[in-house]
Amino acid sequence: MTELVATTPGLYPLPDRAKEDLADLKGHQRADLVDGSEDEDVQAVYESVREELVGDQTAAGLDRVVEGQARWDDMLAHPLAVHPAVETGGIRRYYDNNNFYREVTVTDDLGFSGDVADELSAAGDLLGDEAPLQAVLPGPYSLFDLATDDYYGDDAEFLGALADFLEGEVGAFPDYETLFLLEPSLATAPPGDGLDERASEAVDRVAGATRADVVVHTCWEPLEERVYAHLMDADVEALGFDFVAEQDQTLYNIQEYGTTDAIAAGVVDARNTLVESAETVAERVEWVREAVTTTTFDRVYATANVELFYLPTNKYRAKLSALADGVALADGEVPDSEVEA
Amino acid sequence: VSDTREQFRPADHPNDQFLLTTVVGSYPKPKWLDRVREMHEDDGADFGDEEWAEAADDASRLVVGEHERAGLDVVVDGEMRRTEMVEYFAGLIDGYEFNGPVKVWGHNYFDKPSVVEEVSYGESWLVEEFEFTESVASRAVKVPITGPYTLASWSFDEVYDSEADLAYDLADLVNTEVEALVEAGARYIQIDEPALATTPDDHAIVGECLERVTAGLPDDVRVGLHVCYGDYSRIYPEVLEYPVDELDIEQSNVEYAQMETFADPEFSLDLALGVVDAHDADVESVEQIKRNIRQGLRVVPPDRLTVSPDCGLKLLPREVAYRKMENMVRAAREVEADLDAGEIDLADPLPDTGGDADVEAEAE
Repeated sequence: MTELVATTPGLYPLPDRAKEDLADLKGHQRADLVDGSEDEDVQAVYESVREELVGDQTAAGLDRVVEGQARWDDMLAHPLAVHPAVETGGIRRYYDNNNFYREVTVTDDLGFSGDVADELSAAGDLLGDEAPLQAVLPGPYSLFDLATDDYYGDDAEFLGALADFLEGEVGAFPDYETLFLLEPSLATAPPGDGLDERASEAVDRVAGATRADVVVHTCWEPLEERVYAHLMDADVEALGFDFVAEQDQTLYNIQEYGTTDAIAAGVVDARNTLVESAETVAERVEWVREAVTTTTFDRVYATANVELFYLPTNKYRAKLSALADGVALADGEVPDSEVEA
Repeated sequence: VSDTREQFRPADHPNDQFLLTTVVGSYPKPKWLDRVREMHEDDGADFGDEEWAEAADDASRLVVGEHERAGLDVVVDGEMRRTEMVEYFAGLIDGYEFNGPVKVWGHNYFDKPSVVEEVSYGESWLVEEFEFTESVASRAVKVPITGPYTLASWSFDEVYDSEADLAYDLADLVNTEVEALVEAGARYIQIDEPALATTPDDHAIVGECLERVTAGLPDDVRVGLHVCYGDYSRIYPEVLEYPVDELDIEQSNVEYAQMETFADPEFSLDLALGVVDAHDADVESVEQIKRNIRQGLRVVPPDRLTVSPDCGLKLLPREVAYRKMENMVRAAREVEADLDAGEIDLADPLPDTGGDADVEAEAE
């Protein structure tokens, strides 16, 4: 019997009111973005945003709840952008999008930060026993790809240091159920020979630091075969794929190299405002289960394919509901929304 | 090839050579116009469409006057009526809806529109803007218009099978608008396609869009294409096949690092070259801008060189934008005079560089 879990990779859009309030409080320029030393007024806005984002998820009926990462001005580069050993610089393109983050240059030893752990604890306090908590972090290779090294001087050493850093952060997390490690760069900027194996070892190291279920989620493009094969060596519960963006190469990889006992399937498109119906979500989940003929999954995480900040807030909320309702439908339940109706 | 350029030489032009001076399009809005817009958008405020139109007219008149005082040969109205380059057109095209702001970076947002049904021509886009600008300008007027590929790329598409299909439909609408502008007397149209710089692999889609946009236009209408902040090695020489008269690019902010790209094969379009930085509040000196203009002469002869800023000037303080234009025009006129006097070697137009300079340096 396959357990279906409705969840998301986090990084939610700020509610519109908070967009304005924070722009007014913080400003519009590079130096105004989050650096870990926000004043009380700014902190208060983020606290109320966190409450709203957690509430959005419990209202939608998701099976895992994330903190929402509203403070992550620099998206997946955030854990480095707030680190004392990192300098932020000019604006760099964020993957193949009309979005930008600040260049993050590591200039000193990457010691413990605790920034993400604090956020997660706050989300856990808000959530209580209402639903299981899910942590979100960039994977070590994506951080490696997004950042600039001005300290370690060697790719292998730098990647190892990033894995150590994430291991330390994970070690400080409160109790939680699931960790999503987001690794888009494994697909968009595939690690070359040697580094591919190290990228997998780095993931393995971070995963080894927690007893939670670890999902390594990839997106935008399929993984190269070589990268996929190495990633299969990492001891994680599930690999995740963006089935909205691509199906054929991903299925080929899965059939050819096997896969984890669980899978995360990006079935809701967070890059388009067209809201999937619950039926469509359910069909896509079923399609994934049937298309992979070699495995019966213990668990399928049905998720948005990419972070949700690309969407306007009304569509982001609608998509959370579609996801939860679609999974309920695939599970043979009557979706919450229809019960209410 | 017809010469679409000579028609823009002002009657009182002082030199034989003519380096056409213009700006890309957007210009800093007067602060009062932003306040007026807020009042117009506020249902509670007693401020209607007529009042807004009058304020926009005033702002346009102001900017056209500023451009003429700076000495530009071809002016624009600084896009005073427009909000953002995609939002503005999406608001006029049928088939679009707005759902709210999305993040670009930090706390900078953009009301990214969604295509929710097949796009069709709704309200008139730019004819009134052009007619007003033309009526208050004593110099020729250029009309910048966001290109179909950028309109498609920077939207959510809920309807079409592919971005290309949406872009082609939008291209037909842009063609309708361009025809209306030409009918109204416009002779200089600039298609803005910054999205090409972010996805250069789509250059063939942009080419097909431009074929549609320019279909049926009279030969004497000058069509420019503005692209900015890209890696031109990825779209050159393919862009030379585009059905446009002029390619407008930035290079001042990268100190002309990409000019080599245009050396081979020969640059067969007119070149509109950015000679002042649109995102740096330091005003370049006339001497600096003259050196920048001479970079353009490495690629095209003077009668095919247009001189303009890297990009729209709207993010600069207004007095900085004005001084940049003023210095730019003065530099262009001085380079023209130098050319007339035979003081610039077109085979080696850069001052103090090249083989001879090296030899002299060694001799010292």
